[in-house]
Amino acid sequence: MLKRVHFGTSWLPFALVAPQIIITLVFFMWPAAQAMFQSLLVQDAFGLKTEFVWFDNFKELLNDEIYLQSFYRTAFFSTLVAFFSLSIALVLAALADRVIKGATFYRTMLIWPYAVAPVLAGALWVFMFNPSLGIITYTLDLLGYDWNHKLNGGQAMSLVVMAATWKQISYNFLFFFAAMQSIPKPLIEAAAIDGAGPARRFWTIIFPLITPTTFFLLVVNIVYAFFDTFGIIHAVTEGGPANATTTLVYKVYNDGFIGLDLGGSAAQSVVLMVIVIFITVIQFRYIEKKVDY
Amino acid sequence: MIEKRPITTFISHFVIIVGIIIIAFPVWITFVAATHDAIRMTQSPIPIWPGDQFFINLKATLWDGISESDTRPVAFMLLNSLIMAMIIALGKISVSLLSAFAIVYFRFPFRMGFFWMIFLTLMLPVEVRILPTYEVVAKLGMLNSYAGLTLPLIASATATVMFRQVFLTVPDELLEASRIDGAGPMRFFFDILIPVSRTNIAALFVILFIYGWNQYLWPLLITNDQSMVTVVMGIKEMLESAEQAPVWNKIMMTTLLAMIPPIIVVVFMQKMFVKGLTETEK
Repeated sequence: MLKRVHFGTSWLPFALVAPQIIITLVFFMWPAAQAMFQSLLVQDAFGLKTEFVWFDNFKELLNDEIYLQSFYRTAFFSTLVAFFSLSIALVLAALADRVIKGATFYRTMLIWPYAVAPVLAGALWVFMFNPSLGIITYTLDLLGYDWNHKLNGGQAMSLVVMAATWKQISYNFLFFFAAMQSIPKPLIEAAAIDGAGPARRFWTIIFPLITPTTFFLLVVNIVYAFFDTFGIIHAVTEGGPANATTTLVYKVYNDGFIGLDLGGSAAQSVVLMVIVIFITVIQFRYIEKKVDY
Repeated sequence: MIEKRPITTFISHFVIIVGIIIIAFPVWITFVAATHDAIRMTQSPIPIWPGDQFFINLKATLWDGISESDTRPVAFMLLNSLIMAMIIALGKISVSLLSAFAIVYFRFPFRMGFFWMIFLTLMLPVEVRILPTYEVVAKLGMLNSYAGLTLPLIASATATVMFRQVFLTVPDELLEASRIDGAGPMRFFFDILIPVSRTNIAALFVILFIYGWNQYLWPLLITNDQSMVTVVMGIKEMLESAEQAPVWNKIMMTTLLAMIPPIIVVVFMQKMFVKGLTETEK
């Protein structure tokens, strides 16, 4: 941790860590403590009286059908986004790994969506699926399929999943591609000499060898779908219709800033913190003992 | 290439190209929308080939806003986005460099305590603690200011952890040599440590610039003053106003303008970008 050769104690190291520690205390620790404290309070409708209610807010949350539904919905949404963005990226990376000519060009052409802000990704997709004007709505209409994500919850969910997947493919592709490129070529050549075809080589050599990357990406994708898709949902559906696309993070925002239910929103924040800590712990435990072959 | 299979190779190229086209399609439609006039963009089916209004739309959007009722020049929003992204990226880098330097190179009380405190922030993304952080910023009177917009996003465990890792690989001999030459800690920091970690700094800058530019939820809450609006935030309001005034050509022009700067950074600093991504995440 510490350098063998280092400087002794003085006021200087304190001055050096001060900016970061002050920001951490003021904008992380204080709000987090605040959230925990508020999650134990209930405020009356006029904001005049505040009462300490212990864990009532949490009990209420766990009995709240709407909250539980948004919990399952978030899990469903994350699974779909992770599944589609991982599998599409895996296919593209496996193919790009096979070709010699143009692999770097293909990489450039595939990674740029990473840089697009979630809300802009939402804007791109909502424009294509605009119920009255969208180019895809129009095409679907010609095929006899009626699209209106403003009325149909299932369609709203698929649209949000599509936009979120679209944005995440580039990230997954980059990591899969790098992992595949780092597999020693003699391994693949030996298998080829033994008569294994491309598909067989992929499933028996390449895919097992990139397992650590796949696990890592799985965690990252779930975190992404949980926390980074607010912009997409806000731009595309605003959580609707009838809460059909309200995820946990969207609900914290909606209940806190639109519904002004401070205690409830704080309790939801605490639940989210627990989820983040849980995911981080899994990630670190996993990184500790990398899958080896 | 391990064996010659022209057909599999052809199929590989073909599928990748199809994938690229599908992924680029939404942006193509956006670009096409930005090259037509407003009236054409209200008639279904909308065009899929570009028109000739691109520069007219560009000029109008940048300087006059998107419609009669929304006259905020988008150039101004782009400037705000640039300021916010630069403050966040440079702020995060300097704050993390300093604290990583202290933690790796000094022996002082609470050293590990500080490190773990910084590390904890890794677990608390803004989205999670959004309402209480808003209250804190409001109490400090920092709503509608660049300070309120950027400071809560500046503390970052990932950057500190990464610089700590980089500093740990710097040979001890460098410090010994600079000590013999009579350099103090700060001299060592600026003349040796920063130059040897410059590629890591550049790689991190690329990632953080994109992170800063694409901030949405936080600016949305913290600013309601029109003079603080960033382009990424502006889009949402425009999408809402499209119900009444469908100026899709200019709305999509704004979308295009908002995504171009970070895409340029990724494409032209690709090596740095890949390095930054793989280093901060692992």
